[in-house]
Amino acid sequence: MKKAAETLIKSFTCDTGGLLKALHALQYQHGYIDPALIPLVADTFNITKAEVKGVISFYEDFRGSPPGKHVIKVCQAEACQAVGAREITEKLRSKIGLPTDDLTCDTSATESVTVEPVFCLGLCSVAPAVSVNGELRGRVDAENFSSEIKALEEAG
Amino acid sequence: MLKLFLPLDSAAVAVGADAVAAEILSVTRSTDKDVTLTRTGSRGMHWLEPMLEIEDENGRRAFGPVLPNMVSSLLKGNFSDDHPAALGRVEEIVYFEGQQRETFARCGVADPLSLADYEKHGGLAGLNNAQGLSPESVCEEILTSGLRGRGGAAFPAGIKWNTVREAAANQKYIVCNADEGDSGTFADRMIMEGDPFLLIEGMIIAGLAVGATKGFIYLRSEYPVAKHILAQALQAARADGLLGADAAGAGKPFDIEVFVGAGAYICGEETSLLESLEGKRGQVRAKPPLPALEGLHGKPTLVHNVISLCSVPAILKNGGQWYQNLGVGRSTGTMPFQLAGNIKRGGLYEVPFGITLGELVHDIGGGTRSGRPVRAVQVGGPLGAYLPGNMLDIKMDYEAFQEIGAGVGHGGIVVFDDTVDMAAQAKYAFDFCAKESCGKCTPCRIGAVRGSETMTHVIEHKDTSKNLLLVKDLCDLMEDGSLCAMGGMTPVPVRSAMKYFPEDFLGENSESGGR
Repeated sequence: MKKAAETLIKSFTCDTGGLLKALHALQYQHGYIDPALIPLVADTFNITKAEVKGVISFYEDFRGSPPGKHVIKVCQAEACQAVGAREITEKLRSKIGLPTDDLTCDTSATESVTVEPVFCLGLCSVAPAVSVNGELRGRVDAENFSSEIKALEEAG
Repeated sequence: MLKLFLPLDSAAVAVGADAVAAEILSVTRSTDKDVTLTRTGSRGMHWLEPMLEIEDENGRRAFGPVLPNMVSSLLKGNFSDDHPAALGRVEEIVYFEGQQRETFARCGVADPLSLADYEKHGGLAGLNNAQGLSPESVCEEILTSGLRGRGGAAFPAGIKWNTVREAAANQKYIVCNADEGDSGTFADRMIMEGDPFLLIEGMIIAGLAVGATKGFIYLRSEYPVAKHILAQALQAARADGLLGADAAGAGKPFDIEVFVGAGAYICGEETSLLESLEGKRGQVRAKPPLPALEGLHGKPTLVHNVISLCSVPAILKNGGQWYQNLGVGRSTGTMPFQLAGNIKRGGLYEVPFGITLGELVHDIGGGTRSGRPVRAVQVGGPLGAYLPGNMLDIKMDYEAFQEIGAGVGHGGIVVFDDTVDMAAQAKYAFDFCAKESCGKCTPCRIGAVRGSETMTHVIEHKDTSKNLLLVKDLCDLMEDGSLCAMGGMTPVPVRSAMKYFPEDFLGENSESGGR
């Protein structure tokens, strides 16, 4: 696996912004960026481990651990706030028993569902908006949506 | 043969366009109806999405919002205007009729992935004209047009073009800022999904004019559909010779690459974007040096928002003077305003500058979706001002907004009804800044956190007047001391909320110092 990762990372070293591309590719393959791969990334790009960690931690997209089976993103920005984003978030939190209090800022997860805040999906005219495993949804109804995700969560 | 058109636009897909498309294909396959279905961009009437169009000898008629279970009745009834979802001729729908679509002329009309269709609908005319002009003359047209950067800063585009053109360097770049992070904005997304060749044409014109050979589209990762469409459009443009070693037959190389961001609002700031494009943390650079002189990899770089670059082909097609005659004062041309949030008729509305905010919110947008009174309207994204419902007679024009300490930004308009708590919105402005600050300068990094804490005290009625003074002082400091607009303009929504909605910041027994 390490060999495959190395080949993958190497394919981006000559590109403009290659590090971001390599991190995207690693996350695409594994669903997250294994911290054990950081030294390899650093060596391949000939930069320090601190720099690699710094880049990973700067961007919201990059995860250091595997997400749940289902990734739910709920838009928390103004246009969605204006039509009930906070209600969706609260219903979701209480219904599936997420451990984090402030879902407007932090990721929270049960075993099978990861809920992440997102700041604008560009669906502001059909707000409130969410994405479910990459599928975009607009004009979301808080009650129906939280029930649907609860069913997903229970199915595991 | 029936010619049908249905948007592939994310906003249409998010409310069920793909299911409608699947139903059309399934129904027509099981009957022997001869039907073609073209997926286009959206006309921008998002409250009517999924909006299905049918072409006849007189043009297009629309139906919407269409549900999958309406498809067979529509087909059976031969798309009669008696159908409950019938909207009549697209051009006669009031929302559409009042617009002047220059940038979005083809969006929702042409097949976004067909270069031939693009040309058939007037595409490439700007590039053809530009090729008959010297680089100096192309820049002169842009200068004459009065086009100002549509990303938010509203800097005169022609000046930037000339700066890059006159810079001596062995390599120059065009960078398209497609990191459209402002809530309430989606014009960039719509045009990239609905008319990607327009952006490509604009970038080629810019490249030839300033002497750049490579372009990047820095696209936010939240726009997967746009990524997919752009990739296919770029491939088609290369196959056609528009891009490549002899771009558009001009004898010079030019190519474009899509670069996907990784979820950081700050990367919409041009220097942060360049850092990110170099594969680093998206931390803001101090200016000067200007990116126009030392940008990507330290080379002269023309950084422009998507809509700025998409305005270029029409300017070269019709002339800079034509563009300058649109709009008001120094706000020339058209602007695709975006109506969002709690609004009845949400969508995109392209008109010359000068229309009032009230016309957009009430006459065009139909007021709130909830039916309650409009209490606040935020213009220009998370760093834009909150204006009260009785102040909407202001003209959409850069100078008019500047005069009241606000900004047009990227043209996003977010409507709130009377249930909004403006103290919570002010706190959110700080929270957002705290979350998205790049951390390079102290006023932004620390100020946002302290602002959020202090606003929490205000909301809990603790020493309200003292804490409000602190917030005001903090706003002054952030505005004066921050390195970029993130920290520098976070005070805009905060101050406007405090100024126009003071009642939301005073507790019932606030002046006694709270609990």
